[in-house]
Amino acid sequence: MDAVKRFFASRWGIISVGAFIGVLAALLQYWGNPANMGVCVACFERDIAGAVGLHRADVVQYMRPEIIGFVLGALIAAYLFSEFRPRAGSAPIVRFILGIFAMIGALVFLGCPWRAMLRLAGGDGNAIFGLAGLTAGIAIGAFFLKKGYNLGRAQATYASVGWLMPLTMVGFLLLMLIYPQVSGEAKSGVLFYSAKGPGSLHAPLAISLVAGLVIGMLAQRSRFCTMGAIRDLVLFRQTHLVSGFLALVVFAFLANLVLGQFNMGFAGQPVAHTMHLWNFMGMLLAGLAFALAGGCPGRQLFMAGEGDGDAAIFVFGMIVGAGIAHNFGLASSPAGVGPNGIAAVFVGLAACLFIGFTMRKTAA
Amino acid sequence: MATTVDARGLSCPQPVLMTLDEIKSGSDKEIIVLVDTDTSKENVTRAANSQGCTVKDVQPDGGGYRLTLIKR
Repeated sequence: MDAVKRFFASRWGIISVGAFIGVLAALLQYWGNPANMGVCVACFERDIAGAVGLHRADVVQYMRPEIIGFVLGALIAAYLFSEFRPRAGSAPIVRFILGIFAMIGALVFLGCPWRAMLRLAGGDGNAIFGLAGLTAGIAIGAFFLKKGYNLGRAQATYASVGWLMPLTMVGFLLLMLIYPQVSGEAKSGVLFYSAKGPGSLHAPLAISLVAGLVIGMLAQRSRFCTMGAIRDLVLFRQTHLVSGFLALVVFAFLANLVLGQFNMGFAGQPVAHTMHLWNFMGMLLAGLAFALAGGCPGRQLFMAGEGDGDAAIFVFGMIVGAGIAHNFGLASSPAGVGPNGIAAVFVGLAACLFIGFTMRKTAA
Repeated sequence: MATTVDARGLSCPQPVLMTLDEIKSGSDKEIIVLVDTDTSKENVTRAANSQGCTVKDVQPDGGGYRLTLIKR
C-alpha cells in the first residue's frame, strides 16, 4: 500500500493518471458520449440538474453515471487507504455561491476545465480562449491567496456528514435503475431524459459508471486537479499537478487521432461557439470561482467523496447554478451566448471580487 | 525552540502558503507543521523540499500529521 501511495504522489504518478484519464475520455466519446465531452464535470452536473428537472432545457437532461462514479470511486479509494476524513464548516454559504457562479461561467464557455482540455485535444481552437480565461481567473484567485484570502478552518465531524454526498450519488444511481431510459421518451418516472441533443448522447450506463469509478479512485490517490495545476504554477512555480494536466491533453489528443476524432478549426465545433471574448470571460469567472473555492469541479467531487462536506456544498452549488443558468437564459449554445449570459458574468465577477477582497486576515 | 504552523482544518493551498511564509520569514531553524489530511502532508512535503528544507520527521497526530521541517 505504501509503495502505491508513493507512486501516486510522485511526478510519474500524476502523469500516468492524466494520461489515463485523457485516453479514457476519448474512448468514452467513442463509446457514445458527446464529442469533446468524454468527461466534463460542469456539463455532466448540468445534465444531472436537467435529469431531476431543476431546468427544462430538453437537450441536456441525463443522469450522468460518470459523476456518480467520481464520488463513489473517491470514497472507495479514501477508505482503502485510510484517508476518509469527515470534515465540514469552512464557509459553506460562500462555497455554495462560488459553485453557482463557477457553473454559470462554465456554461457561458460551454465546458469546465476538463472539457476545455478535451476540446483542445479534439482540435477545437475556441478552447484556447477558454483556457486563457481559466488561467487569468486562477491568476486573480492566486492574487487574493497571496493577499491572505482564506475560507477558514473546517472541523472534524461525524462520519455520516461525509457520507451524505456519496449517499446522494447512490440515490441518483438507484433512481436511474428504477426509472431507466425509455428510447425516444422524454421522461421515465421522475427522471428526465433528453431524446435529442448532447443529453441524448451517452456511453452505456455500466461503462460510464465503471469509467467514473476508476477515474474517481485514481484522482483521489493522485490529487488530480485542473485548477490546482495552474494555481500551483502561478503561485509557487510548482509543476507537479500541471504535468498531469498536460499529460491529459497530449494523451487525449493522441487517442483522438487514433480514433479519428480530431477535427481542427474554430467554426462548427461540437457544442461550442466562436465568441472569443465570452469564451475567455466565461472561463475567467469559472477559474476565479474554482480558485477561491480551492479546487476544480472534478477535485470538488473527489474531496466530497473523501468526506469533505464543504466540497459537497460546492457541488450542490454547481448543480443549482446549472438550473439557474438554463432557466434564466445564461447558458450559451452553439449559436453564441445566452440572452442574459453577459450580464451574469459581470454579476458573478462582482460576487467573486466581493468574496476575494473581504475574506482575508489582514496582516497583524 | 521550534515554531509551530497549525494548518489543521485548512485545505490546500493554505497549509503550503503558511509553511512557505514561515520558511521565508521565520527565524527558527526547525518548523513544526500540523496538518489534518494526507493531501496537505504531501503538498507541504513537496513545497518544503523545493525550498531546500528537509522533512526530518512525520508523526501521526490526532487524526492528522505532525511534520518537522529543518531549514538549511
